Amino acid sequence: MDLKEKLVSSFLAFEESIDVHSPVHDIRNEAIKTFETEGFPTKKQEAWKYTSLNAILKHDYSVFPKQENTIEYKDIKEYFLHDIDTYKIIFIDGKYSSHLSQTTHDGIDVCLMSSALNKPKYRPIIENYFNKIATKDSLTSLNTAFSNEGAYIHIPKNKLVDKPIQILHFSTGNEAALMLQPRNLIVADENSEVQIFERHQSLTDNPVLTNSVTEIFTAKRAIVDYYKLQNDNSNASLIDNTFVDQKDQSHCLVHTFSFGGKLTRNNLNFYQNGERIESTMKGVTIIGDKQHVDHNTLVHHIEPNCESHQDYKGIFGDSATGVFNGKIVVEKLAQKTNAFQANNNILLSDKASINTKPQLEIFADDVKCSHGCTIGQLDESAMFYMRSRGIPKKEAKALLMYAFSNNVLSSVRIPELKQRITKVIANKLGVNIGFDL
Amino acid sequence: MLKIKDLHASVEDKPILNGINLEVKAGEVHAIMGPNGSGKSTLASVIAGKEEYEVTKGEIILENEDIDELSAEERAHKGIFLSFQYPVEIPGVSVTNFIKTAINETRKSKGLGDMPAKDMLKMIREKSELLEIDRKFLSRSLNEGFSGGEKKRNEIFQMAMLEPKLSILDETDSGLDIDALRIVANGVNKLKSKDNAVIVITHYQRLLDYIVPDFVHVLYEGRIVKSGGKELAHELEERGYDWIKEEVNA
Repeated sequence: MDLKEKLVSSFLAFEESIDVHSPVHDIRNEAIKTFETEGFPTKKQEAWKYTSLNAILKHDYSVFPKQENTIEYKDIKEYFLHDIDTYKIIFIDGKYSSHLSQTTHDGIDVCLMSSALNKPKYRPIIENYFNKIATKDSLTSLNTAFSNEGAYIHIPKNKLVDKPIQILHFSTGNEAALMLQPRNLIVADENSEVQIFERHQSLTDNPVLTNSVTEIFTAKRAIVDYYKLQNDNSNASLIDNTFVDQKDQSHCLVHTFSFGGKLTRNNLNFYQNGERIESTMKGVTIIGDKQHVDHNTLVHHIEPNCESHQDYKGIFGDSATGVFNGKIVVEKLAQKTNAFQANNNILLSDKASINTKPQLEIFADDVKCSHGCTIGQLDESAMFYMRSRGIPKKEAKALLMYAFSNNVLSSVRIPELKQRITKVIANKLGVNIGFDL
Repeated sequence: MLKIKDLHASVEDKPILNGINLEVKAGEVHAIMGPNGSGKSTLASVIAGKEEYEVTKGEIILENEDIDELSAEERAHKGIFLSFQYPVEIPGVSVTNFIKTAINETRKSKGLGDMPAKDMLKMIREKSELLEIDRKFLSRSLNEGFSGGEKKRNEIFQMAMLEPKLSILDETDSGLDIDALRIVANGVNKLKSKDNAVIVITHYQRLLDYIVPDFVHVLYEGRIVKSGGKELAHELEERGYDWIKEEVNA
C-alpha cells in the first residue's frame, strides 16, 4: 500500500481516536477528500519542478502517533535554547510531553492545539482563525485532515510576551519510520508582541517525514518574530507550510536557517490585509552531501503602502541542491508598495546546484519592486586577503561564509539564538574560530 | 632577508613578470615604481603567494628558504605581510576579531597557544594609538563602509599587530588625502627597525617624501630596468616614465 492510500485509509481510525464531534470534523473531512483527489505533488507541477518527493514517500511511515514516549531532558538539552528562560511546547513522536514543556494561561495562552480544538472556551478563536488562511493544496490539506496536535499561542491585545516561546518536535526512533503532521495556530492581537523559535529534531537514523502547517495572524500593530532552525539529521525530511495573515501596521518576520535534513521544503506565504504592513523573510541555507532545500515564498500585497523584504542566502557544497522560488504579487489597489527580494548563492562544488526564480506579478502602477539573484563561487581575492594575514584556507572560507550570511544573522533579535546559530555554522564548516562569530 | 632571482610569473598563461632580480636586506626600504601595467602589483601578489599567479621560473628566497611552494598563510606565518591596494570587506567580523584570529593562527603555526587576552588588549591599544585609530573603529565590521583612508590605516594597523619581517605596501597612497597619508607613513616609519624591511610599491613619488627609500627600482614590462637611490624617484616625478621606456626600447 503506498503512502497516500495508507493515509486515506487511516483517516477514519484517526478521527475515531480523537473526537469526531469536534467542530473541525467537517473541515478535516473536506481536507482528506482534497488530498485523496490530488495526491502528493509531483515534478509535473510548476511549483514542484525542482523538488521530488519520491525518495521520501517510499518509506512505510506510521502515520499518526499512538503512544507517548519519554526522553530525559539532559539527553536533548542541546537542542533547546537553554541559557535563557522560555516557554516551551515540546512534542515527542507527535505527542505532547508535559514534563519537558512549560506552558501558560497567565495573561497569554501558550498551550496545545488539541486543547484549543476541543475546549469550548476556545471555540470562537477556532471558528475565526483555524484553517482560514491555510491554502487548499494537497499537502496542507493532508495536514488539515490530520490536524490535532501542535502549538496554540494566543497573545491578547497590548501584551508583550516576556520571553521567547520554543516549539520543539523530537522523534525517538521508536517507530521504524514516522510521519508527523503538527499544526500550529498563532494569534497575535492588536499591539502585541511575541518571539517564537521552532525546530524539528530526529534522534535516530530512522526515517522521519514532517508535514507541518502553521497559521499566523498578526492584528493591527502586532509584531511576530518567528525563527525556524532546520538542522535535522540526514534521514529526516520536512515540509513546512506557513501562512501569515497581517493587518494594519503589523510586522511579521520569519527567519529560516536550513543547515540539515534530507529534504526540506519551505512554503512560506504572506498575505497583507491592511496598510503600512511590513513582512520580512530571511533565510540562510548551508548544506552539503545530497541534501536538498527548497524555499518557496509568496508575498501578496493587497492594500497600499506596505513593504516586504526577502533576503535569502545559500551555500551549497558536495552534491547539494537548492531551490528558491520567490513570488511577489502586487494587486491593483496596492499602490506605493515597496517590495524587495534578494537571493544570493555560493556553489562550493561542481556538483552542487541551485535553481532560483523570482516571479513578480504587478498590477499596480506606482510601486517599487526590486529583485536580484546571484550565483557565484567564493570570492578568491577575499580568500587571498585573509590567507595573506595568516588565516588558513579552511578558517578563511568559514569567515567568508559567515560574512556572506551576516545580513540575515544581524536581524536575529534573540541574542542566545544568534550565538547558537553562529556556533552551528562554525561546526558545520568544521572550524573553531577563536571568538564568537 | 629577501632574494628574488630571475623571477618569471604568468597569470592564465600570460607572462607578467619576465626575470626580476631583487635583494632586500634587513633594515632597508625599497621602492618599486613604474608605469601602469608594468607588473608592480603582480610582483607583490607573487611574493605573498597568490595562487592564481604561476611562477614559471626563478626563486623567491626568504631568509635562506625557498618559499615558492608555500601557501599564502604559510608565508604570512614566516613574516611576509602584504598591505592591499583594495582591502576586502568582511561584514560581521570586527577589526578586533579579525586581527585576533590572524595573530592566533600565526602563533598556532609556531606551536604557541593563543595570546593572553590582556596582552592582546594592550597591544591593540598601543598600535591603534600609533595609527590614531579610534576605539570604536575596532568594533566595526572589517573594511565595511570604511573610507579609503580608514581602509589603508586599518591595513597598517594590522601590519603593526602582526609585526612582519617583510612588509609590502601595494599602492598604499592611493585614495589617501594628505592627512591620512601622513598618519599612515608615520605609522610605517615607527614600525621600521634594523630587523625588518619594507617594499613600497607606488606609482607616484608623493608617498616617498614620507617613507624615504634606500633604493628605488623601476619596473617596466615585468623587469627591473633601472635602480638607484631616492633621487631616482624625484627624477621620475619630474620627467615621467617615457624616457625610461625609450632607454629600454633603444
